[in-house]
Amino acid sequence: MVTAQLNPVTAPPSKPSKSDKRRKAVNRGKRRSNLLTLVMWLSVLYFILPLIWLFMSATKDNSDLFTTFGLWFGHDFNLFANIRDVFAYQDGIYARWALNTGIYAGVAALGATTLATMAGYAFAKYKFPGDKLLFAITLGAIMIPLTALAIPTYLLFSSAHLTNTPWAVILPSLVSPFGVFLMRVYAADAVPDSLMQAARVDGAGEYRIFWTVSLRLLAPGMVTVMLFTFVATWNNYFLPLIMLNSGKLLPLTVGLAQQQATSTAGGGAQALFSTVIAGAFLSIIPLVIVFLYLQRFWQTGLATGGVKG
Amino acid sequence: MTSAIQRKQHLVAYGFILPFFAVFATMFIAPLAYSGYLSFFAHKLVGGAKFVGFENYVRAFQDPAFLFGLGRTALILLVQVPIMLGLALFFALALDSGRARGSKAVRLLIFLPFAVPGVVAVLMWGYLYGRDFGLTGQITRALGLPPTDFLSDQLILFSIMNIVTWAFVGYNMIILYAALKSIPSELHEAAEIDGASQWRLAWSVKIPMIRPAIFLTIIFSVIGSFQIFNEPKLLVEIAPTAIPQGFTPNFYAFNVAFVNQDINYAAAIAFLLGFVIMIVSYVVQLSMQKREVRW
Repeated sequence: MVTAQLNPVTAPPSKPSKSDKRRKAVNRGKRRSNLLTLVMWLSVLYFILPLIWLFMSATKDNSDLFTTFGLWFGHDFNLFANIRDVFAYQDGIYARWALNTGIYAGVAALGATTLATMAGYAFAKYKFPGDKLLFAITLGAIMIPLTALAIPTYLLFSSAHLTNTPWAVILPSLVSPFGVFLMRVYAADAVPDSLMQAARVDGAGEYRIFWTVSLRLLAPGMVTVMLFTFVATWNNYFLPLIMLNSGKLLPLTVGLAQQQATSTAGGGAQALFSTVIAGAFLSIIPLVIVFLYLQRFWQTGLATGGVKG
Repeated sequence: MTSAIQRKQHLVAYGFILPFFAVFATMFIAPLAYSGYLSFFAHKLVGGAKFVGFENYVRAFQDPAFLFGLGRTALILLVQVPIMLGLALFFALALDSGRARGSKAVRLLIFLPFAVPGVVAVLMWGYLYGRDFGLTGQITRALGLPPTDFLSDQLILFSIMNIVTWAFVGYNMIILYAALKSIPSELHEAAEIDGASQWRLAWSVKIPMIRPAIFLTIIFSVIGSFQIFNEPKLLVEIAPTAIPQGFTPNFYAFNVAFVNQDINYAAAIAFLLGFVIMIVSYVVQLSMQKREVRW
């Protein structure tokens, strides 16, 4: 089964802090390689240059956009004018899109993490009739492409009159089979059976143990699941594209794509290009911040394990 | 012989999994079953929806648009996935070896594209690829090379592979890097003291140890390749002739459902797609299981 093979990937290392320190000590004594440093930083250019282009282009007006060198500033610095245009476009619909995106991604991430944590914890810490079968079904679901489900989900939602509502985007995003898998692996190591047994001896009920003891130990794993469901919903394009048609409900991804299509089709209406680019640039800033901030949590979670909480 | 305490624990466990499986049943199983049901019907000019058995599936296997889409996906699996995962593995090993300067910054910067929404990434690369005004055009002109049209019929698939690679190398690198960090350091310290080179160490100690993580990245890449949708959907605006309706199977399912309004055939394609992914994933799993150490 897949489980058996994947376990060590996400499991918190059992004695990480000690070997980590030793490893650092070894690394310090190591010879640095100039060639490897050069290769790595040249590779970084490939990943970073398109983003530098995006920033530079967000500072240009339309004529500079197509006439000046892509990796440097244009004749005028138009970043703030462009940002004004972004928020002025169609009476400030951009702010609305951004708010929608935040709400969809936030609610979906919180909900999916809650469901996945409870289920993963139960699979890791309890034996019950049908546990193997239910877990196997969950694992099988990881392989099903979500987009293959989107079309029938759309049809079901439209007969329930749920399309073109925020629920149409949020409800399908609450299911994270991979989150359940990850939390099961994480809970198996992070919550010691002896601790649960001690709490039981003290007379705590099972739900109370979960709330007061286990949840804190599961936190680093939960942050990981939350991060990935948040990013997945924030970046989702297919689902909102088919589910929503009112402009006021759109997330940034669908809104920006529509704006881009309008400016491409418009021909003469070139004025939009720099607005779209500035809007695209703005849209990645919150995610990069959330990502870097949470990633630190997540890496600590992986490195030091859940033992300390 | 279940005791009262055990029964109580069973109930508690069911209580924990109930919320997930309630949502799972309505948002996952129900649409899947509905999709399967729909795929056995077809809309006839006379009499509306009629049960047609496997007709939609037979049609898919004779449909050049669908088959060419699968062919493009196969090409992506054979060309793009190995390049992407090879790069991710190389970067992860290089960072883990601790021999490059500023490796913390390198790790972060390579990972950064993963935080960029797919829509923004495609939009951005669309501008970069522009032959006359894009950055690639500016660079080839400056070097005195003939202008290359990255959005032409011949090159567009490779241009899309480049976008996917750019976006996901960092993600895969992080998975592999986390796995490398959890290898007990005693293992390779011993090898290093014995005088093993970094290459040797990577090949005989580290890579075998992170096999499960490599497997995970392969499976995710297989699933991802079959799901490619954003790239053709957005690039078709600026390269209408290079991207046919069936460019990728997923894009085709979307077009069949929402442009051609043939829900039943779209359901069959979506179902087939899931089936093909399962088979490919299973083959990958089998081939990785050789000499596999079980945990």
